[in-house]
Amino acid sequence: MKQTFAVSIGGAAGQGVATPGDIFAKIFSRRGLNLNAYNAYQSIIRGGHTFLTIRTGAEKVSNMGDRIDLLIPLNQDTMNRHLNLLRAGASCIYNADTIKPGPAADGVQLCPLPVSELADITRNKVAQNTLAIGAGLHMMGIGFPALEEVLKEQFKKKGDAVITENVSVARAGYDYAAGHFAAFPNPLPKTENRYAILSGNTAMAMGGAAAGVKFYCAYPMSPSTGVLHWMAANARKAGIMVRQVEDEIGVINMTIGAAHAGVRAMCATSGGGFALMSEGLGMSAMMETPVVVINCQRAGPSTGVPTKTEQGDLWQMLGAAFGDYPRVIAAPLDIGDCFKLIPEIFNIADRFQCPGLVLCDLLLSEGRLSVHPKELDFSPAIDRGELITAANGNGDSSAAPTNGDYKRYKFTESGVSPRAIPGVPGHIHTAATDEHQEDGVLISDEFTNPTKRRAMMEKRMRKVTGIEAAVPRPTLAGPRGADVTLIGWGSTKGVIEEACEILNEQGISANQLQIRWLAPLHGDAILEILKDSRHTIIVENNYSGQFARYLRSETSFVPNGNIRKYDGEPFMPHHIVESVKEQLAGKTKLSVPTHEIMV
Amino acid sequence: MATSVQRASQLTMADLKGKVDPDWCPGCGDFGVLAALQKALVELQIPTHNVVTISGIGCSSNLPGYVNTYGMHTLHGRSLAVATGLKLANHELTVVVTGGDGDGFGIGGNHFVHTMRRNVDLLYIVMDNQIYGLTTGQTSPTSRIGMKTKSMPFGNIEAPVNPISLALAAGATFIARGFSGEQKHLTELIKEGIQHKGFSFLDVFSPCVTYNHDNTYQWFRPRVKKLEDDTAYDSTDWTAAMEKSLLWGEEIPIGKFFERTDVPSLHAAEPVLNEGPLVHRDLRIPPDIARSFIEELT
Repeated sequence: MKQTFAVSIGGAAGQGVATPGDIFAKIFSRRGLNLNAYNAYQSIIRGGHTFLTIRTGAEKVSNMGDRIDLLIPLNQDTMNRHLNLLRAGASCIYNADTIKPGPAADGVQLCPLPVSELADITRNKVAQNTLAIGAGLHMMGIGFPALEEVLKEQFKKKGDAVITENVSVARAGYDYAAGHFAAFPNPLPKTENRYAILSGNTAMAMGGAAAGVKFYCAYPMSPSTGVLHWMAANARKAGIMVRQVEDEIGVINMTIGAAHAGVRAMCATSGGGFALMSEGLGMSAMMETPVVVINCQRAGPSTGVPTKTEQGDLWQMLGAAFGDYPRVIAAPLDIGDCFKLIPEIFNIADRFQCPGLVLCDLLLSEGRLSVHPKELDFSPAIDRGELITAANGNGDSSAAPTNGDYKRYKFTESGVSPRAIPGVPGHIHTAATDEHQEDGVLISDEFTNPTKRRAMMEKRMRKVTGIEAAVPRPTLAGPRGADVTLIGWGSTKGVIEEACEILNEQGISANQLQIRWLAPLHGDAILEILKDSRHTIIVENNYSGQFARYLRSETSFVPNGNIRKYDGEPFMPHHIVESVKEQLAGKTKLSVPTHEIMV
Repeated sequence: MATSVQRASQLTMADLKGKVDPDWCPGCGDFGVLAALQKALVELQIPTHNVVTISGIGCSSNLPGYVNTYGMHTLHGRSLAVATGLKLANHELTVVVTGGDGDGFGIGGNHFVHTMRRNVDLLYIVMDNQIYGLTTGQTSPTSRIGMKTKSMPFGNIEAPVNPISLALAAGATFIARGFSGEQKHLTELIKEGIQHKGFSFLDVFSPCVTYNHDNTYQWFRPRVKKLEDDTAYDSTDWTAAMEKSLLWGEEIPIGKFFERTDVPSLHAAEPVLNEGPLVHRDLRIPPDIARSFIEELT
């Protein structure tokens, strides 16, 4: 079992759940601990219920885990909803003036704080939060100076009086816990490591900056808006043009316009916005102008559950825009990978002059993870493919101002034709969404010609062979011939990994096949890996088994079973472990675990 | 930049000729718009490789293929969004967007309004024939009430959009109307529109000789009156322009309705572009800035 510690803070939106979360995260991070933060929340600005879980430990932490060690309910509603989640050894710190605990499981420590006795609640509206942080840190075995340091930073802008006030309230909570509550048996460890803490949205935005993105635009849409926020905040430092556009149709078309002018251009949205971008993707494919589009999936269809996660857009990505065209689709595996993937997919999109689609989801987009700074490489390989610019010498200054014999869509063996950008003398051409011949002249109207149409279609589609070779094959994690092989894609990597560890500890050997590159899919490599598997189960965060259906369509492979979840919440390790066990026992072939945390 | 290589005197009408000839119906108003655009580019002597002509979809949107500049023949209604992205990535390019009334005021209406308020530095020429031509004659957003088409065989009951008033309300900084039958006048408006630093909107009556039997050359000719002939008209007066824009009937004004030069264009207002066009920039983030991005997260 992993040695981890999880603290959950719940309250109404606007009640200040985020601040204690940030403070705990900073303190854990400065002790050199890994952490994963997941916030379950509702589409409401004030009120409702929001529930943040931060799990930390010296080892790698990749998901929210199965166990809450410390619960801090900021209101009665949170207490009512979640006290029943606590198991022996866990504690619950709460404001004894306003919150009444219900029945708790044996071995759960209830820690009432007499808030009005410990702090002047008329002056400090969030005294209960600060007291609880102080008390909690004492119980975790963390010295007070760590908290003092973070509080000073947190309230720096509000002046010394506010700092002094908050430090003294925190101290009161800390000391009260020392005298009244039992500490957790194992103090939180400390390491020499230093991590960056970031969300998947920040990671993708930074990955874009590292890839050389010079144009980013978006229409705000949860859960993708964080990418826009990072880009907008850092646009001037990073030299990136960032625009907020009237709708996602405008977004994709603006992105293509910028890319056509020769810069690396990117945009992000969620499923609904992506649907509006569909026609534009076809233009990117037809004009052979590369763009990268991120879809941060949320629970659909339609407006769906905007604040909840799902892996329900795979088929939308596979089918986006009409007609056949080469496309690349990749799903980042964790928040660190959100960064790393962007330069990689830009290189492929640029080399093969086609759209590159990133299939992320709320779990990664809005979750936060500790990532080693080395993983955030701002000097990744950059390959812009066959691009003709005035600067790279192909824009011959003595060239005639007229077309010459440049053919933008020249037939080549690879299907890739050297791409000249506007402004380069001697390479004038028109890029069209209509079918065209090698020099760009339309063959859709007066010059309709089935032979030319076929040749141009085949030229574009030849690029698929090159893309397949450029995309790495998936690999199996864990021993071949295990009792069970769990197959997942994208964001479920961490939770499946942990489920495998637990299964192995319990005597069921398990291995994992996690898919990152979805299109093109290395079907043969997948079949080769799975041929030694004794029992295969596909795990995915959707109703219909979108990846299972896709894998079957590409390879005819049918797994022994499926584990699916479509309640808006991510998998927890025990969901997978228990489902595997029931499936190995022959009880079912389709498990749909119940989410126990009600937000 | 390689722009100096082309000797100014070299550019002639022959240089502006596209790879293929237009396939518009004989007599189509769009021929006149194409000719005026080519003439304007010759008179302005802008090197052809520094001009990008961008269109949507429709009869008039075929224009980029007929003029020898860089071109983009984009999606129905999306030309302005594409043009905005292109201009922001390389603001040294001269961008001319062309299309029809259905493309611009119907399916592209949202982008039309927002591109105007952003004051993107480009010239937008709408070849307004008050009909959908390429789809063989349906009502358009500028079709008059009562007009009978295949889609409204008993007569249009929806009020047409007034493109000039709309442009004034949306904040366009150069607004003009031309007539395909007035070549010289139209050429001058195109030249002015290209030279204006900001969003230039040019609505051009470009009669459809096949499907619109109401708004023909013969119908327009006696009605159009040049604003330039009215010495009292002040094209910097927004209210006067709005009043003029409402005139329709026996007298229909053409010419420059409005221009203001005190609003910076979008690319000029964005400090990120102070160091020159994005397309010429180094792709790498300087190491000290990259480090600062990571430090903020620790």
